[in-house]
Amino acid sequence: MTTTASRQTVRDVSRAVSIDFDGVGRAFAAERGSGPARPVLRDIELHVEPGEVVAILGTSGCGKSTLLRITGGLDAASTGQVRIDGSPVIGIDARTAVGFQEPRLLPWRTVHDNVAIGLPRGTPRSAGSARVEKLIELVGLGDFAGHRPREISGGMAQRASLARALARNPGVLLLDEPFGALDALTRLKMQDLLLDILAAEPTTVLLVTHDVDEALQLADRVVLLARDDGGEAGATIAELLTVPGARPRDRGSSELAELRARLLDGLGIDRHGAGADPRVVRTDRASMTL
Amino acid sequence: MTYQSERDDRVPGVVSVQGPSYDTTEARPGRAFLARGTGRLTSKTWFVLVAGAILPILVLAVWTLVSASDLVPSSRLPSPTEVWLAGVDLAQRGLLTSDVAISVQRVLLGFGIGAALGLTAGALVGLSKIGDILLSPTLAALRAVPSLAWVPLLILWFKIGEDSKVILIAIGAFFPVYTTVSAALRHVDRHLVEAGRAFGFTGPRLFATVQLPAVIPSVISGLRLALAQAWLFLVAAELIASSMGLGFRLVDSQNNGRIDRIFFVIILLAVLGKLSDSLVGLFERWVKRRWS
Repeated sequence: MTTTASRQTVRDVSRAVSIDFDGVGRAFAAERGSGPARPVLRDIELHVEPGEVVAILGTSGCGKSTLLRITGGLDAASTGQVRIDGSPVIGIDARTAVGFQEPRLLPWRTVHDNVAIGLPRGTPRSAGSARVEKLIELVGLGDFAGHRPREISGGMAQRASLARALARNPGVLLLDEPFGALDALTRLKMQDLLLDILAAEPTTVLLVTHDVDEALQLADRVVLLARDDGGEAGATIAELLTVPGARPRDRGSSELAELRARLLDGLGIDRHGAGADPRVVRTDRASMTL
Repeated sequence: MTYQSERDDRVPGVVSVQGPSYDTTEARPGRAFLARGTGRLTSKTWFVLVAGAILPILVLAVWTLVSASDLVPSSRLPSPTEVWLAGVDLAQRGLLTSDVAISVQRVLLGFGIGAALGLTAGALVGLSKIGDILLSPTLAALRAVPSLAWVPLLILWFKIGEDSKVILIAIGAFFPVYTTVSAALRHVDRHLVEAGRAFGFTGPRLFATVQLPAVIPSVISGLRLALAQAWLFLVAAELIASSMGLGFRLVDSQNNGRIDRIFFVIILLAVLGKLSDSLVGLFERWVKRRWS
């Protein structure tokens, strides 16, 4: 690696680490019998800088979540490998933490005790408890630490799930459509909250989303996964865009509108206004969700 | 034998209605209206107790009337007073205490052994694919054997001692626990288990943190069914070969023509069974509140 030295300085100020995808591919065995394996992903080559936020965008079933699960060690690549901080991922990786689309909180535990699940093994009890309280405060659930998951709203449960992932002190935070199940307004609030959290707890983030605007609002770069026209060979990186501007970004800026149109086009969505001024592209977010 | 049929909630009013998870803020104007109707009364404890007693009191009244009217001879249907006196007589002879004591002891021993084995087998089959493949066909076949079919074999092997009875009761208690626990473990929310794995939990720690707490309500339900089953198998065991216990008292009374005692023992079995079931039921309700 040629840039190791420069990255080292970044790592000194945060625990964020790099991710490398070296020709990652994944094929699932045929549903029944001995038919041919069904390829989902192929030839994923990507380098993610420490502290970078990369959004993975793609249509349903294109392997976004699979890529994320491989990164976290919940699934294994069929070909190639993923390296975190230079060393390959084998099995569940302690350097990563996952925020799932559903909160997946244990219903019999309080919010506090659920967040504590994320603490690295061997954390001293008092230090762990203090860390959990700090994180619960960070996600704005201070008054609900003693509540059970069924006593709080979906958005709050998702925040607790985020705090649980952060409790692991991850070098890489893997978010699998974390706000996908929330209503449009709550989703916007959660995006802002995530930016605040990343400012307080800097880490590398892979964010799987089906929401173009969410990707543009949160990410440094956006990866668009897509299959070739035939659709036989599995999806790979079709486009890699750098999102301009520092976060938090103006949700209605024209620069983003142009990128949005380009991404929607890459996802096979008709932008209804080809050739028009990019500023005219619709900006109502709810209807933009794929 | 169907275990499911005994799974009703005998005290319907006290069961709390749970909304969907993660949702307490949404207002439900419709429910408030319903609560003013019949919902209110049936959720009052006193009403539940009183209403539950109506039918037994009615039966007792009809019984008293019929037996007093000489429609049926008392050798066929003793009066409630005669049955009560038969019970008092049994108590005074010291037989009541010894019968109940030995029967309760057999039930508890058999239940304890059967439930422990059922938990173990249920965990093996529910958690491990290979355990499932190896064990479940055999256990399903054994479950299909009617309870009384074991009796001749058990008596030949273990003679007419305590062992044969306790083993029969253990067989009866084993299957409800085994069935509910293995099924519950198989159906633990995959998402929760995966989340546990994602946070570094494996093996025994994953079991203790996610799987076991998730199935605790089912375990308690299984134990409750097993206890009911233990009482059924107790009487089966005691009817056939014993010199003490409530089942023996039934056979003994049949041979001596003491129909009043038969009535008394049947009522006593009903009361004991209901009492032990209610105790476990209270525990079950507490557990369900705690663990879900």
